[in-house]
Amino acid sequence: MSLEERVGQIERISGTVVDAVGVKDIEIGEVVEVGDERLIGEVIRVSKDRFTIQVYEPTSGLRPGDKVYATGRKLVAELGPGLLYNVFDGVGRPLHELLKQGPFITRGIKAYTLDRKRKWYFKPTVKRGAEVAAGDIIGTVQETYMIEHRIMIPPGLEGKLISVEEGEFTVEEPVALLRTKDGREIPVKMYQEWPVRVPRPFQPEGRLPLTEPLITGQRVIDTFFPVAKGGAAAIPGGFGTGKTVMLHQLAKWSDADVIVYIGCGERGNEMSEVLTEFPELKDPRTGRPLMERTILIANTSNMPVAAREASIYIGVTMAEYYRDMGYNVALMADSTSRWAEALREISGRLEEMPVERGYPAYLPDKIAEFYERAGKVKVLGRPERIGSVTIIGAVSPPGGDFNEPVTIHTLRFTGVFWALDPELAYSRHFPAINWLKSYSLYVTSLLSSWATSFSYHAEELAEWWRKVAPSFPEYRSKALELLSVAAEIESIARIIGESALPDDQRLILLTAELLKEGFLRQNAFSEVDSFSEPEKQVLILKMILDFHSIAEKLIRAGVPIERIRSLPHISLMMRVKEDPEKVKAILRLTEESRKALLEIAEEYGVKLEV
Amino acid sequence: MVLRLEDIPGLIYRGAKEIRRSLLFVEGVSGVGYDEMVVVRAPDGIDRVGRVIEVGRGFAVIQVFGGEMGLQTDIAVKFTGSTFKIPVSDEVLGRMFNGRFEPIDGMPPVVSDDLRDVNGSPINPAARVYPNNFIQTGISAIDGMLSLVRGQKLPIFSESGLPHNRIIAQIARQATVLGEAEEFAIVFAAMGLKNDEARFFIEQFRESGAIERSVIILNLADDPAIERLLTPRIALTVAEYMAFDLEMHVLAILSDMTNYCEALREISAAREEVPGRGGYPGYMYSDLATIYERAGIIAGRKGSLTQMPVLTMPGGDLRHPIPDLTGYITEGQIILSRELYSRGIYPPINVLPSLSRLMRSGIGPGKTRDDHKDVADQLYDAYSRGVRARDLARIVGEMGLSERERRYLKFADAFEKRFVNQGEYENRSIDETLDLAWELLAMLPEEELVRIREKYIKKYHPKYRAAAAS
Repeated sequence: MSLEERVGQIERISGTVVDAVGVKDIEIGEVVEVGDERLIGEVIRVSKDRFTIQVYEPTSGLRPGDKVYATGRKLVAELGPGLLYNVFDGVGRPLHELLKQGPFITRGIKAYTLDRKRKWYFKPTVKRGAEVAAGDIIGTVQETYMIEHRIMIPPGLEGKLISVEEGEFTVEEPVALLRTKDGREIPVKMYQEWPVRVPRPFQPEGRLPLTEPLITGQRVIDTFFPVAKGGAAAIPGGFGTGKTVMLHQLAKWSDADVIVYIGCGERGNEMSEVLTEFPELKDPRTGRPLMERTILIANTSNMPVAAREASIYIGVTMAEYYRDMGYNVALMADSTSRWAEALREISGRLEEMPVERGYPAYLPDKIAEFYERAGKVKVLGRPERIGSVTIIGAVSPPGGDFNEPVTIHTLRFTGVFWALDPELAYSRHFPAINWLKSYSLYVTSLLSSWATSFSYHAEELAEWWRKVAPSFPEYRSKALELLSVAAEIESIARIIGESALPDDQRLILLTAELLKEGFLRQNAFSEVDSFSEPEKQVLILKMILDFHSIAEKLIRAGVPIERIRSLPHISLMMRVKEDPEKVKAILRLTEESRKALLEIAEEYGVKLEV
Repeated sequence: MVLRLEDIPGLIYRGAKEIRRSLLFVEGVSGVGYDEMVVVRAPDGIDRVGRVIEVGRGFAVIQVFGGEMGLQTDIAVKFTGSTFKIPVSDEVLGRMFNGRFEPIDGMPPVVSDDLRDVNGSPINPAARVYPNNFIQTGISAIDGMLSLVRGQKLPIFSESGLPHNRIIAQIARQATVLGEAEEFAIVFAAMGLKNDEARFFIEQFRESGAIERSVIILNLADDPAIERLLTPRIALTVAEYMAFDLEMHVLAILSDMTNYCEALREISAAREEVPGRGGYPGYMYSDLATIYERAGIIAGRKGSLTQMPVLTMPGGDLRHPIPDLTGYITEGQIILSRELYSRGIYPPINVLPSLSRLMRSGIGPGKTRDDHKDVADQLYDAYSRGVRARDLARIVGEMGLSERERRYLKFADAFEKRFVNQGEYENRSIDETLDLAWELLAMLPEEELVRIREKYIKKYHPKYRAAAAS
C-alpha cells in the first residue's frame, strides 16, 4: 500500500486536539502530519470511523476538511552521535537548526535530530565476518572529548557482518553490512531509531541491585539523603524554593557520565542560562566543559502542550541509549508536574472522566512507567557491560502543598524524597531541603560503599580515609538525631524563649545552628563550595560533632553556655566551607577548636577523658 | 482594530443556533479555520469582533468580544480567513487604544501592512540572551534584595487597597540601567482597572514625559470582560514590535492579571469545560505562560522586553491559583504586605517571601558592587531572625528574649523603618542602598555577619571605613 492512500480529513479542531476521519488502519501512537503545513501530531485515540490526534504545534488556521497524512511510523527518537553538546525541543528538533528560521519558533518546521551532513570518524572494534546481535558494539566514535560514542547493533537485529569500514561517515552512510539468518543484507548506520514510549530492552533478569551512590557534591544530599546510581528521586517544592537551581547543581556536579536535562514547561530564560553556563563550566573530574556530556531538551512553558508531554519520553529514551553503551546516565526532569498537567489538559480535551483534581485516572500508571525506566542493568550485547539511568524529577505542587496527586504518586514510585521548604527558602537557606521531612530508601545500601566510592579525590588521604570512613554512618545518624532533637527544643523555645532553656538544650540549639549554617547550607554559586568533595563533607561533619561532644561534657561539668558561645571558633566553623584551602583548613580548625575547648576545661578545672 | 462587516470579502452566514453569554454557536458553515477572526453584526447594527474557539464540519463556536448585550440568534457572521492580527508601525508610540486595538485618543487608527498575530510565537530558547543588565529602580527593597534585570518578568503580588499602582508608577518613573542614558519605553495594559486607576497612570506618564515613548491599551472595569483575554496579547505584540523591531528597551506593565484570569474562567465555564482548582481551567498555567514568557532579550537585537505584571491575590492568599501559577512561570515575585502598610511602611514590600530569580546575574562587581550578593544574603538572614524574635516576643514578651534575639528584633524594626520604607519620590542609588544596609548591619556584632566574606567586612563595614578615614 502506498502512503498516498493513507490520507484522511480533519473533522473537528479544539485546541491542540484534532479529530479526523478517513484512514481505516490508523494505529494508536502513529505519527501523522496535519494540514498543508504538515504539522506533526500523534494519534491518541481510534474508533471505528474516526481518530483523534494530539498536535505538537499550534493549530491556528486549520480547517475541517484539511488533509491528514498518516506516516506509518511511531513517535521515535533518533539516536546516534551528535546528541551530546546539543539542545532539542520536545519532539527532538535541534533548536540551533530552528534558529535559521529566525528567533521565534514558527510552525511546520522540519528538522532532523541528528545533523545529516556532519562527518564522524568511525573506528570499528569488530572484524568482518563477526557474528553480531542486538546491543553488540561494532565500533566507536569520539563524540566529544569526554564521551566515546559506542555504535551498537539496534535491538531486533542479528547476523553476520559481511563488511565493516573505518573512516569518516555521516550518520546516514552505512559503516557495515549485516547478513541476517534469512539471507537479507542490511546496512548498519551509526544511528538508530527507537519509539519513545517503549523502554529500550536490556538483558532478561538484568536489573541489578542499587549499591553505588550518585555523588553530587551537595552535602545535604550525599551525606543525608543519597540517591543511588540507577535510582529515582523526587524533589517537590513550591515556587521559589530552589528546585531549578538544585537540578542545575545536580546536572553540573553529579558523577554520572552523561546528563540528560529536560526543561519541561519551564522558563525560557532558564534554558538560556544552562546554554550560556554549561559550555563554560568545567567538569571537576576531567576539567572539560560540562556541555560535552550533556543533552538538553527544552520545551518552555509557552510551547505547545502536547510537545511537553512528549519531551519527557524523548529524554528518557536518549538516556537509555547511552545507558546501553555502558554509561551511568543521570536524567533531570524539570518539572514533571508540567508534564502531568499536559496529560490533564489533553485528557480534558478528550472529555475523559477526571478523577482527583481533574487528572485522568491513568496518571499513576504514567508516572510509574516513567520512573521505572530508571535502573542499573546488564545491557544487551557484547562486550558485557553495565549501565544505569538515574531519574531525578522535580515536582511543582500547587500552593506548595505536597498533598496533591502528582506529588503523592511520584513518592510511591521513587526512592528518595527531597522536600523543599518555603520557610528555609525565605531565610535564604539553600538548598532548602528540609532535613526532617526528607528521606532516602537507599541509605542502608549506600552508606558503606559511599565512603569508598570517591578515591579519585582522596588519593593523598587514602590511608587516613580508610580509617575514618567506617565511622561515617555514625556521624550521619548522630547529626540527624541532633537536628531532630533541636527542632523539638525550638518548638518549646518558641513558647518560653531561648534564655529560659537549660544550658544542655541551648548547646544542642547551638550545634544545630552550626550544622545548618556550616554544613547544610551550601551556596550553589560559590566558587569554592558549589561542589563539596565527599571528604570535605565528612570532615565538616566530624569537626562539628567532635566539637559538640566535648562541649557537652563541659556543659555537664557546669561551664556556662555563654562561655562556649563566645568562642570565635563558632563563626569560623560556619565559614570554613568557603575556605579555598578546603580539607586542610577544616583539619586545622578542628584541631584549634578542640584546643579552645580544652583550654576552657582547664579554666574551669574540668577533667576530660580524651 | 476597527473592522466592519462590509470590509471583508466572502460569504455572510445568517443566524446562530445558540448564544450562551459571549459564546456563539453557528451551524452550516464551511471552510472555517480554528482561531480565525470573525465579525458579527446583530440587529442593533453594531459590529463585534470574535474568534473561533472550536470548529468542526458544519459548525463553529465563536467567542464574541465587545459585549454580549444585544446579541440575537438573528445575526450576520463573516469569517475573515485569518487569525487576530494587529497592524504595527512606529506610529503606535504615544497612542492609546482599547482592548480591541481601536484608538481611543481621538486619532485615526494605525495603518500598516505589517500585521502581527496577537498570539505571538515562542522565542527559541537558543535565541535568547541570558538577562544580566541591572535595572536601578531607586527603591532599596527592590534594588538591594530583589534586583530587577532587563528582560526579566517580575510580578507584583498585591492585595486590594495596597499601593501597588504607586509603586509601579515609581518604578516606571525611576528605572534606569546603570551607565546608560536611555530611558525605558512603556507599554501599559490595563485589564479591568477602575477609571481613576487608569487615569492615575496616564497622568504619571504625562508628567514624566514618558507618554511619548508609551503605548497604552485600556480595558477598564466597565469594558467587556471578555476583551481582557485580548488586551495583554495586543499589548505584548506591540511591546515585542517595539523591543525587537524598533530596538527599544521596553517595560510592559500588565495590571491587573487577576481580572484576566477571571475572564478566562468565565469563558471556560461557558464552554462547560472540566474546572480545575478554584474553578479556573486546567490549562490556565499554559495560557498564562503564553503571556508571561513574552519577555526577554534576543541575540542580535538591541532592544529588550521587561515585564511587570500586577495581580491582586484574592483574599491575600498566596496559594490561590492565580498567584501560584504566576509564581511558577515568572522569574520571582514582589509581595506586598498589608501588615507593613498598616504600620505606615511604603513601599510595603515583604522581602522574605519575595524573590528575584535573575538577581544573581545582574549584580556584583562591574554591575552593582562586589559586596551586593553577600549583603543581600545577610539582610535576609538577619531580618528573618528578627521577625522570628518579634513573633516570640508576642508570646513571652520582650523581656523573655535572649540578648541576641533582642538585637535581631531591633534590627528588624530598623530595617523596615529605614531600609524598606522610603519616599514615593525618593530615588536612592544602589550605592546609597548598600551603604544604608551596612549601617543597619553594623547594629549586629561583627561575628554574626557570617554570610558576608571577611574581605567585604573589612572593606565596607562602617567600623573599618571610619578607621580608614581617620
